[in-house]
Amino acid sequence: MHSNGILRSASASLRRVMAICVKELIQLRRDRLTFAMVVAIPLIQLLLFGYTINTDVRNVPVAVVDQRDNFFSRQLIEDLQASQVIKVHTHLETPQQATDWVRAGKVSAALIVPRDVEKRFYNDNQEPIAQLVVDGSDTILASALKGLSDFPFDPSQPPSPRQLAKNITVDLLYNPEQRAALFTVPGLLGVILTMTLTMFTAIAIVRERERGNLELLIATPVKTPELMLGKLVPYIGLGLLQVVIILLLGRFFFDLPVVGSPTLLMLCCLLFIFANLGLGLLISTRAPNQLGAMQMAVFILLPSILLSGFMFPYAAMPRFAQHLAEILPMTHFIRLTRGIILRGADFSDLAGDMLFLALFFIGTMIEALKSFRKKLD
Amino acid sequence: MTEYVIEAEGLTKRFGDFTAVQGLDMQIQRGQVHGFLGPNGSGKTTAIRMMCGLLDISAGNVRVLGLEIPEYAEEVRDQVGYMTQRFSHYQDMTVRENLMFLADIRGMPRKQRTARVDEVLGEYNLAQITGRLAGDLSGGQKRRLSLAGAVLTQPQLLMLDEPTSEVDPNTRRDMWSRFFRLAAEGTSILVSTHLMDEAERCHRLTILNQGEKVADGTTDELKQRLPQSVVNIHGADVSGLADSLSDDGQILAATQSGLSLRVLVDRNVGDPVGYVRSRVGNQYQLAQIEAAIEDVFVAATMDTSDA
Ligand SMILES: Nc1ncnc2c1ncn2[C@@H]1O[C@H](COP(=O)(O)OP(=O)(O)OP(=O)(O)O)[C@@H](O)[C@H]1O
Ligand SMILES: [Mg+2]
Repeated sequence: MHSNGILRSASASLRRVMAICVKELIQLRRDRLTFAMVVAIPLIQLLLFGYTINTDVRNVPVAVVDQRDNFFSRQLIEDLQASQVIKVHTHLETPQQATDWVRAGKVSAALIVPRDVEKRFYNDNQEPIAQLVVDGSDTILASALKGLSDFPFDPSQPPSPRQLAKNITVDLLYNPEQRAALFTVPGLLGVILTMTLTMFTAIAIVRERERGNLELLIATPVKTPELMLGKLVPYIGLGLLQVVIILLLGRFFFDLPVVGSPTLLMLCCLLFIFANLGLGLLISTRAPNQLGAMQMAVFILLPSILLSGFMFPYAAMPRFAQHLAEILPMTHFIRLTRGIILRGADFSDLAGDMLFLALFFIGTMIEALKSFRKKLD
Repeated sequence: MTEYVIEAEGLTKRFGDFTAVQGLDMQIQRGQVHGFLGPNGSGKTTAIRMMCGLLDISAGNVRVLGLEIPEYAEEVRDQVGYMTQRFSHYQDMTVRENLMFLADIRGMPRKQRTARVDEVLGEYNLAQITGRLAGDLSGGQKRRLSLAGAVLTQPQLLMLDEPTSEVDPNTRRDMWSRFFRLAAEGTSILVSTHLMDEAERCHRLTILNQGEKVADGTTDELKQRLPQSVVNIHGADVSGLADSLSDDGQILAATQSGLSLRVLVDRNVGDPVGYVRSRVGNQYQLAQIEAAIEDVFVAATMDTSDA
């Protein structure tokens, strides 16, 4: 008898959650702009950011000073060029000349192959075999070229593009900073999810308040957690859809490999989606109107882009900014995805960041539930 | 024994320094159509919102269907149909989608759902426009949708906030005959309105003015209790008379309609017709007529200074 009653009220509750879900989906379907944004934002941002950053580190014009000028040195230059990171722009006579060219901005870097290049190569003393003078003013470019210091060079092999490409790939996995697209895509995934999900949910409740729908809604038997859950579920699906779009595009356009476990990656994305939805709902219960909600969402989005390690290396930020970054879900998400996608990190490496996202979601949901009252005042 | 579906005692709502509803006592009997009257801003919507548990109560208390509000507001939601004054359905959903949503959220059994939605669509003359977005409806169509939504789950108690504003006369008559049919079946209805012919038809009325109750009772009681007599002045040129009469201490109001002027004369005046004649002269036909609810309303809401 009693358990029957519980069962009945649980099914009534489920039905109300479903009703809200269906309503949200109907509205989402009618809102062409929002719907288009879900697909268009990932596509445009990925192509825009992914390609601009990517092309920057390819075919960088360099001046070459080949002081050895024999088969060995020519093959080294040839191999480096085959990596497509640099492109020989001119040959110069002296290192001084080359440095002047870099200073004058005529080339982005100068490659100086010393007279004793072969001796350096066959010695075991870790001496650099050649020098690359890089224009450091463009940090992204500089860091990409810096990666060439680990360039695998084997003079016994004739230059074969395929083999070289493979070498680079292997090289990149352990030094992800070298190819920006691989580094950018996981970050973009975070930015796009934050942008769309936080914004959509940030207006979810305040919009109903502003349009007057809330007066009718709260006069029905729907309970606050049911309302919140019903509004969350459709956006979980939406977020996952975006994840799939971004990862597929990343794979298609940038050969984005996923070194680690795809299941783990999806789980992290899911946690991050939840964290953003919780935050969005919290904003929505606190904001005075839709514009206010948008402003609050942007207020979260900006530091997420700037402080999370997406734009600037986390390690290089001042202590204060690092502490601030730690409370942003995005910082943890970027760590997680870069770890899984580029390093093949496993669960034990990631547990801390995953736990943070889970707690962040629970915390924001509790706050959202507390600050939403079924009242008009 | 009379059973009250709404009992308010000293119900008060303050917004900051401003008191929107002040010490309202009100009882609504089961199976009655209870009219809620008052000028704009007199606190009708605010009072109804408190009764629905949508606004915090500043002072006093209210019981709805025997349960204290707001403590038990959730428990009575099932049994109360509320029609908001401001259109509150989803503008980007169709008429049918809105009603289906309400049926689901109010827990109507799945099997009955479609049949019942179709039924109210027919009753409120929405069957032709079930696929139209609610935001595209005309003013009167929106009201009809709201009303259909309020009665959808056949609640015991309806609180209708100006259901007939923007509605054409035929639809209005139709709606009112439905109200009485529902009342006859045991539904209790609290309905706010600005229309005097509607007020005239209610079983009982409560009139608010500036947040306070100024009159309360059946329509007959209210008319009998009216502290004025009504004198009708008929003649060719009554329009000039209104101003000259209203500065009189014994005359509360003079309202023109066509070639007639309705004058409210204090009951203290023994012979109201003679009194008015002494003021206007002999060229008019005068007669004492029965009071109407409009007179009650005017008398009740005029004697306070405008703030
Ligand atoms: N949230 C609020 N904050 C401040 N004042 C409010 C609020 N809601 C209502 N009021 C004020 O309370 C008074 C009563 O408003 P209410 O809407 O109850 O009037 P009403 O009788 O329904 O009027 P109408 O006939 O125009 O619908 C008005 O003066 C209004 O400005
Ligand atoms: Mg009102």
